[in-house]
Amino acid sequence: MTNEKLALSDEILLSIDKPARYIGNEINSVIKDKEKIAVRFAMCFPDVYEIGMSHLGLQILYDMFNRYDDIWCERVFSPWIDLDKIMREQNIPLFALESQEPIKNFDFLGITLQYEMCYTNILQILDLSGIPLLSKDRTQEDPIVIGGGPCTYNPEPIADFFDLFYIGEGEVQYRNLMDLYKQCKEEDVSRDVFLQRAAKIPGMYVPSLYNVTYHEDGTIDKFYPKMEGIPSVIVKQLVDDLTLAPYPQKPIVPFIKVTQDRVVMEIQRGCIRGCRFCQAGQIYRPVRERDVDTLKEYAVTLLNNTGHEEISLSSLSSSDYSKLEELINYLIEECSKRYINISLPSLRIDNFSLSVFEKVQDVKKSSLTFAPEAGSQRLRNVINKGLTQEDILHGSHLAFESGWTRVKLYFMLGLPTETEEDIIGIAQLCDKIAAEFFETVPKEERKNGPVQIVASTSFFIPKPFTPFQWAKMNTKEEFIEKAYLTKNSIMQQLNQKRIKYNWHEADVSILEGVFARGDRKVSEVILKAYQKGCIYDAWSEFFKNDVWLKTFEECNVSIPFYISRERSLDEVFPWDFIDCGVSKEFLKNEWRKAIQEEVTPNCKEHCNGCGVAKFRTGICINRK
Amino acid sequence: MKVRIKFKKYGVMRFIGHLDIMRFFQKAIRRSGIDICYSSGFSPHQIMSFAAPLGVGYCSEGEYFDIEINSHSGTKDFVNKLNQSMVPGIEIVSAKLLPDGAKNAMASVAAAKYRITYKNPSEYAVDFSDWIMPYLSQDTIMITKQTKKSERTIDIKPNIYELSFEDGILNMMVDASSSGNIKPITVFESLCKFAKVSCEPLQIQITRVDTYLNAGSPESPVFKPLEEAGDDF
Repeated sequence: MTNEKLALSDEILLSIDKPARYIGNEINSVIKDKEKIAVRFAMCFPDVYEIGMSHLGLQILYDMFNRYDDIWCERVFSPWIDLDKIMREQNIPLFALESQEPIKNFDFLGITLQYEMCYTNILQILDLSGIPLLSKDRTQEDPIVIGGGPCTYNPEPIADFFDLFYIGEGEVQYRNLMDLYKQCKEEDVSRDVFLQRAAKIPGMYVPSLYNVTYHEDGTIDKFYPKMEGIPSVIVKQLVDDLTLAPYPQKPIVPFIKVTQDRVVMEIQRGCIRGCRFCQAGQIYRPVRERDVDTLKEYAVTLLNNTGHEEISLSSLSSSDYSKLEELINYLIEECSKRYINISLPSLRIDNFSLSVFEKVQDVKKSSLTFAPEAGSQRLRNVINKGLTQEDILHGSHLAFESGWTRVKLYFMLGLPTETEEDIIGIAQLCDKIAAEFFETVPKEERKNGPVQIVASTSFFIPKPFTPFQWAKMNTKEEFIEKAYLTKNSIMQQLNQKRIKYNWHEADVSILEGVFARGDRKVSEVILKAYQKGCIYDAWSEFFKNDVWLKTFEECNVSIPFYISRERSLDEVFPWDFIDCGVSKEFLKNEWRKAIQEEVTPNCKEHCNGCGVAKFRTGICINRK
Repeated sequence: MKVRIKFKKYGVMRFIGHLDIMRFFQKAIRRSGIDICYSSGFSPHQIMSFAAPLGVGYCSEGEYFDIEINSHSGTKDFVNKLNQSMVPGIEIVSAKLLPDGAKNAMASVAAAKYRITYKNPSEYAVDFSDWIMPYLSQDTIMITKQTKKSERTIDIKPNIYELSFEDGILNMMVDASSSGNIKPITVFESLCKFAKVSCEPLQIQITRVDTYLNAGSPESPVFKPLEEAGDDF
């Protein structure tokens, strides 16, 4: 018989949606003998199983930890609403999937923070685990709660909930942290002593060891360590040689269909482009490639070990990978032998990519995707998005010639310096693409039907460590007005019947804006909103905007303070204690250039001296 | 070449639904390196057909599916390879090469045998010993079948081939064909109603013991396990 020891009874499992989310036992999940383990680590993605299991970073760290004989890393996700309710009613403690044992018994609870709207789910995880929500209330009996991932580049709004944060790429410092933990356990020292020692490991930030004081206007006066020997600046940790970094050769294969139901190969980390709205483009600098021969080997091994029927490449901008043609040609050959699909996101549309798409996709069913982000060349210069109208029209022209009829376009509304003309430009660009189709494809050759253009807009949210971190964000009313203007100007185009327009919810963007650039004062709002029942805020069906607004009011925390203020160049930001490599001076200069509509060349063309060269790795030392 | 595969499903795997079990086997066959045939067309898929879906929560000792293969190196190697790609709770029992022109697994299904036990016998067990005979002696066994649009009353007596109660275990063999399929829980509910005991569907464990084809005629059926349609290879 199998390990029948499930945390949930048959009765519960048969009454909830998708019980497979909670039973573990998947191919390549790791079971160890807990008696022979020194450290038990629960790796958490605070969202539902299907989302969490689609995250590559989780698979990388799970594999990395489990390569160590003295550590057992297990997984835990947010129970879906149906089970959440049952667990609260019946006092069932949250458990890890592999051992089915309570999280409370673990040494560490590591939570990956991929987007701001998961913050209440962190509290759900802690609450269901029976771990005090606030770090200061935890005792020797509780696991050490550590956060990682992109949101740690401004951890302040959730600082009260974590014992420590790890700023940087997980592959680098975890071994040192685990060794320190084992040593502290042997010496039987207190939780506080462990945290004080951990704070000295590069990249580790222990929020309770720092004080913040504020000016009368609410901005930060000083941020400083409470004691000697605790670093005042935390330097991001990054992998030096990606090819040598561990990469999971046996990723877990879920039973149920998850969002990313395929082999994913990370071909490079970082991005050369420097789009000014993009946080990932700054915090993951410099770009580092994985060796192409290694990737070819991985592809075969990963397909053999998972049995997946699809493979995909992951990076911020795959077209910039130097050996892309070689890799893709290899994959096409290898995959056609094995009846494997290839899915290729984020490729620049040109002759090469179109010829590849024709081989790997059904032209009739697939669509072409462009992300111009802004409607006019002027605004694209402001955001440093190096995609021109000519590129788009030429790419579309080539695609229409090859039989494509569907085009998807992504834009942002509310970018700094945006005018009505820029917004009308979105509609005009869509119209020009439609016109390009009618010019390219004569009536009698339109066998795949007429062109279909789908334009989507999201609302721009300024993020830390971007040149736009000083920018004012639009209000909800401004956003909605802009969405209407977009819609109306599309309606006025000649080819308006060929254009469909979607826009993103405004309320949730406002909240994301507050969390993105929030400080420690925001913690209280998140805690109270959670206590009033807010969870799964990233899911529109569960997002309770009225509760959030009321809670902000009750806590006397002003939303406009965080989003509607243009910050002065000398303001101390909550995240200024983090050194992500890119200097504040560089970002300031980029902010000035943005206003002047001046573009900055990418890292391959020219080094712009952003500061990350001090890490002596990637493109900074090896420009190709 | 068509191969019929028999497998068991138990333990935590009973919470994996039918569609996910199909996906599981598609991936398992890729991992095992079995030389399966693919359909032609723009998106080729493995040629695979399952016998009868099993409800979530059920165990089984006799689940089947057929696949088409291009080549093989013998039954033993085939079963071994596939078993190495399984997880605890799924186990390959046998693989048989089907003769040319054999009906596929799904079309072959005529009957299924089930075993029903109580999960906590001390708390819930019902002794059906004295109820089986009178239950089966009824002229008709009427049940109400609920569909999405309507409900209708049907007689399931002709679809119950065997029913017995021994050592606290309820055994039954019922029609599982596409035209007259009866769920074991339906028979259980109807028996509980007849015996005037409350039906506790969450307290029982249903196990499919095997799935059968009809080697006889519709009038005088001869039921044989689905695996007997083929031979070792």
